[in-house]
Amino acid sequence: MTASRAAVPQAGRIAPVELTIAGQACLLDHSGVLVLPDAGTLVVADLHLEKGSSLARRGSLLPPYDTGATLARLAEVVAHYRPARVVALGDSFHDRGGPERLAELDRAALRRLTGGCDWTWVVGNHDPVLPPAIGGEVVEEVAIGSLVLRHHPAAGPVRELAGHLHPVARVVMHGRGVRARAFLTDGGRCVLPAFGAYAGGLNACDAAFAPLFPAGFTAHVLGRSRIFALSRGVLCGD
Amino acid sequence: MARPLRRLPEPFAAWFAARGWAPRAHQLDLLAKAQAGRSVLLVAPTGAGKTLAGFLPSLVELAGAERSANGRAVAQRGLHTLYISPLKALAVDVARNLETPVREMDLAITVETRTGDTPPHKRKRQVERPPDILMTTPEQLALLLASRSAADLFGGLRRVVLDELHALVTSKRGDLLSLGLARLQALAPGLATIGLSATVREPDALRRYLVPQGEKGSGGLSDLVIVEGGAAPDIRLLTLPRDLPLAGHMGSLMLPAIYDLIREHKTTLVFTNTRFQAEYTFQELWRMNEETLPIAIHHGSLDVEQRRRVEAAMTAGKLKAVVCTATLDLGIDWGDVDLVINLGAPKGASRIMQRIGRANHRMDEPSKAYLAPTNRFEILECTAALDAVEAAAQDTPDPRRGGLDVLAQHVLGMACADPFAMEALYEEVRSAAPYADLTWEDFEQVVDFVATGGYALRAYERFAKILRGTDGLWRVRDGRVAQQYRLNAGTIVGGTMLKVRLVRQMRGKPGAVVPRGRVLGEVEEGFCEMMVAGDSFVFAGEVLRFETIFEDSVLVTRAAAADDPSIPSYAGSKFPLSTFLAERVRGLLAEPAEWDRLPMGAGPWLRHQQQRSLIPAPGELLVETFPREKRFYLVAYAFEGRLAHQTLGMLLTRRLERARLRPLGFVANDYGIAAWCLRDIGAHAAENPAFLDDLFGEDMLGDDLETWLDESAMMKRTFRDCAVIAGLIDRRHPGERKTGRQVTISTDLVYDVLRRHQPDHLLLRAARADAATGLLDVRRLGQMLGRIRGRIRHKPLDRVSPLAISLILEIGRERVFGEAADEILGEAEAMLIEEATA
Repeated sequence: MTASRAAVPQAGRIAPVELTIAGQACLLDHSGVLVLPDAGTLVVADLHLEKGSSLARRGSLLPPYDTGATLARLAEVVAHYRPARVVALGDSFHDRGGPERLAELDRAALRRLTGGCDWTWVVGNHDPVLPPAIGGEVVEEVAIGSLVLRHHPAAGPVRELAGHLHPVARVVMHGRGVRARAFLTDGGRCVLPAFGAYAGGLNACDAAFAPLFPAGFTAHVLGRSRIFALSRGVLCGD
Repeated sequence: MARPLRRLPEPFAAWFAARGWAPRAHQLDLLAKAQAGRSVLLVAPTGAGKTLAGFLPSLVELAGAERSANGRAVAQRGLHTLYISPLKALAVDVARNLETPVREMDLAITVETRTGDTPPHKRKRQVERPPDILMTTPEQLALLLASRSAADLFGGLRRVVLDELHALVTSKRGDLLSLGLARLQALAPGLATIGLSATVREPDALRRYLVPQGEKGSGGLSDLVIVEGGAAPDIRLLTLPRDLPLAGHMGSLMLPAIYDLIREHKTTLVFTNTRFQAEYTFQELWRMNEETLPIAIHHGSLDVEQRRRVEAAMTAGKLKAVVCTATLDLGIDWGDVDLVINLGAPKGASRIMQRIGRANHRMDEPSKAYLAPTNRFEILECTAALDAVEAAAQDTPDPRRGGLDVLAQHVLGMACADPFAMEALYEEVRSAAPYADLTWEDFEQVVDFVATGGYALRAYERFAKILRGTDGLWRVRDGRVAQQYRLNAGTIVGGTMLKVRLVRQMRGKPGAVVPRGRVLGEVEEGFCEMMVAGDSFVFAGEVLRFETIFEDSVLVTRAAAADDPSIPSYAGSKFPLSTFLAERVRGLLAEPAEWDRLPMGAGPWLRHQQQRSLIPAPGELLVETFPREKRFYLVAYAFEGRLAHQTLGMLLTRRLERARLRPLGFVANDYGIAAWCLRDIGAHAAENPAFLDDLFGEDMLGDDLETWLDESAMMKRTFRDCAVIAGLIDRRHPGERKTGRQVTISTDLVYDVLRRHQPDHLLLRAARADAATGLLDVRRLGQMLGRIRGRIRHKPLDRVSPLAISLILEIGRERVFGEAADEILGEAEAMLIEEATA
C-alpha cells in the first residue's frame, strides 16, 4: 500500500485521501464515496433508499426524510466531482418495493442523478431486481481496469471494490469511545462505508472482515474534520 | 366533613390492643376521611406506620363487607383496592406485611402482587378472578389498562393507594401513573385515592395529583393528613482528628471510623451515592474486618437472588451492616437499623432526611445518623445539610409537567383497550395533574404522532397505527400494533443492561474464555462500551477483568489479587447538588465567621483561599485564571450542580475555541468547572476587559446551545429515551442486542435526519423539554447566568488556588469532557505513524 497523503484542500470541503488500490489511483471522499479519477467514475455503496418506509410498514414510523437526505448528499458530491459514470454498489434500495414507494420529489431527484451521467446499479441482496423505470443499467458486477466492483465481497485475494458490510471503526481511549464510518483497505481490496442516512454499521473488528484482509487493513475513518488513517491494531470491537 | 374516629372498629381494635398498639391519630383521621369517600394525602416521616394507615380503610371496608355478605363467595367481589409502588420489591414487601393482620384477624381478604415476575397463568387468573387487593407497579397498571378487559376488571374498584408518591411524581413513571389514574377515574367513577408520601416542600402538588383536575375535578385538592415529625433526628458530622483530602470521593480516611461505628451499633446502613462507591467501601471495610463482622452489600445491579439473600439476612437481624445505594432509599422496612451513615455528599436536604428515616422505624425515638464527608468541599456541603435539617427545611424537587412522549405511549395503550373519541380522551388526560395545562393542539399532535409519526411529509398514511373510523372513534390498526405496544410499554429506558458473567480462561488459549459461568449481576451497556479487554473494575465486591461482550453478557474473569481497578470507580452521583443546598453552601462560604465551626481542615483551607485568591460575596461568580504545567486554566465556582456545570463546560469550550484560546478539555463537579487551554486566558482577559462577561453571557443558551445540541451525546441519549417511550422505535429486550446491522437502527441517525428536516417535531420538543431539566439542566444554568450577570469577579493568579486544587485533582479521576472525537482519532492515527516509523 502506498502511504496516504491529503489532497490539496478546497474551500469549504474536507480534502479527500488519495491512495492506490490494485494499482489504480483512488480518492476516498469524506462523504463516503470513492472516486476513480482515471476512469471518471464515482462509486457509492449501500444507499438503502426507502429504509424508513420499509421499517414503517412494520410499525416503526421513522422520519420519512432519509431518502431525500441521502439523495441530496449524493447529488452534492456528484456535482463536485462531475463523474462520467456513477456505480452504486448494491443495496441501493432497502427492499424490492423501495422503488415504488419513492415520494415524487425523491423520484425526481433520483431521475436527475441517473440522467446526469452514465449510471450503473450493481444489484445487492436487498435489491436483487430493480425496475427499468429507475433509469441506468442494472448489472451483477462491473470491471474497471484491474478492479471488479461488486456488492458482496468475493472470497479469496481478489482486487475489488465492494460494499455490503457497512464498516465502522471504533476507537476507545482514555475511557471515551468514538465510532465512525470507514473505508477498509489492504491496498488490493477496499470495502466502502455505507452511504445511506439510515444505514447502520458493522464493526471493523467483526469476524466477517477477517477473511477479506488476512494481512490486516488500514481503516480510513470519516472523522468530523478530516479522514483519519488507523491501523487495525488500534481499533476496538463493540 | 369527616369527624375523626375515636377508636377503630372491631376486630381491628382488638388486634391493635393484642399487639400493645394504640391507633395513632393520623391513622384514625385518615380512616374517617376515607370512609367519607374522600381522597387523602398522608404526609409522614418514615416509621409512622404510614403503609398500615394507607390500607386500614380498605381492610375495614372489606372486613365489614365480608360480614354483611354473610358467607357469599368472597372471590366474586371483584377488585376493591389497587396498591401502586415504584418498586417491585416494595410491592412484594408490603404484601407480605399485610398478610400478618389479615391472618391474625382471620379476615377473608385476598392480597396478591402482580409484577414483571408474575407467571402468565397467574396473570390470567388475576384478571378473571381478581383478588380484593392487588399490589403492582405503574408499568403493570398501564398494561392492565391497555387491555380489553380493563373496564370489567376496574369497573368496581373503590380505592387506589399510591406509595412513595413523592418519589413517583418527579419522574416519567409519575406521568404514566397519572394518566393511568385518570383512566381509572373514568372506569370507576367515585374512586378514592390515598397517597403516601415522605415530607415534601409542596404538599399541594401531590394533593392535586390525587384527584381529577379541571372542570370535572372535585375542587382540585385532596384532603391532607400530616404527621408531624416525631423526635428530632440525632444527626452529626462524622469527624476525624485530621484534615480531609482536597479532592476525591472514596472516603478511605473515613472508613476506620465507620468500621468502629458499625462495631458499636446493632445494625448500620451505610449509604453511598454510587454503585462504584458502594463496591469500594464494601471491599475496604472487609479488608479491615478482622472480627469478620457480617457486612453485606446491596445495590440495584446485583443479581436478584443475592439481593434477596441480603434482604432476608437483614430482616432476620443477622447482619451488622449493609453498604447500599439509593435502591434502599425507598421505604422497605429493614427491621432494627439503629444507625445510618451517609458517606459522601448528601446532595439535598430532603434526600438526607429520607435516608436517615431508614434508621429506627419507630418515630418516637430519635433517628441516629452520621454524615461522612470525603473531601473538603463535602465538609461545606454536609455542614449546610445539617443546618437545613436543623431548620427542618425541605428541598424536594417540583413535580413535572407531563411528557409528550409518555402521553403518546398512553394514547396508543388506550386505543388498544377500546376505541376512543379524541375530545373525551383529551378531557380525561387533562384531569391528570401533570397534563392539566395540555393544549388541544399538542394533544392533536400527539394523536397524529401515534397514528402516522406526525411528519410534515405525509408519507405514512397507509401504515397508520391507529385509524379514525366513520364513527369518529380511533381504533388500533390490528393485533400486531397492540402486541408492539405491550412489548414497549413503560418509561424506564436507562440503557440496555448486560449480565455480568464470571467465566474462566480457556486452557492453553490466552485471551479466549468459555462463555458460560455464574451471573454476578448487571451493568449498563454504556459502562462496558468504555472498556477494552484487560481493563479491570470492581463489581459485586470483587475486582474483575473485562474480557468481552458475548450476546447479552459481559464476560469477566477474576483479576489478579494485586490488580488495582483500571476503570475509575467514581462515576459521579446520579443526583446533582440541590439548588437549595447550593445556596446554603455559597452562604457558608461567604461568611468567614462561620468557618471556625468547620472541622477537618476546611476552615484553614478557606482562609488560605482568602489570602491567595479571594472568596466571592454572595451572588458573585469567582473566576480564577492561572498557568500550570504549560496549560492555562480557567476555574469558575458556580455551585449549580454537576449536570448544569457539564453543560456550561461544553458551551464555554466552544466560546474559548472561538476566541482562539485553544481549549483542550474541562472537568466539572458539583461545585464548579475547570477548563484548560493552550493559550493564556488570563492575558486575553486583561487585554479585553469585556471578555469574561461575554464568555459567561446569557446568549450562550441561544445559538451556541442549539449548535451544541446537534452533536451532544447527552442530547442524543435524551432523544433516544423519548423515542423509545413514545414508541417510535422498539425497545431492545435482553438477548436481542446486536442482531445485525440492518435490523436495528441507530437513533443517532434518526436524530440527525429529523433535526435537519423537521426541527419542530413532537419528539424533538419532548427531548428538549427533558434536556432543560434532566441531563443537561439547561434551566438551572440559565438561572445562574442571569444571577451572575455583571457580577463576575476575575482573579488572575500566578498559580493554582486552594479551592482550584480540589477541582484540578478531579482531572483523571472524573471523565474529562469535550467533543474531542477527532482528537481521539488523531491520537489513534499517530500510533499508526509511530508503528510505521519504528
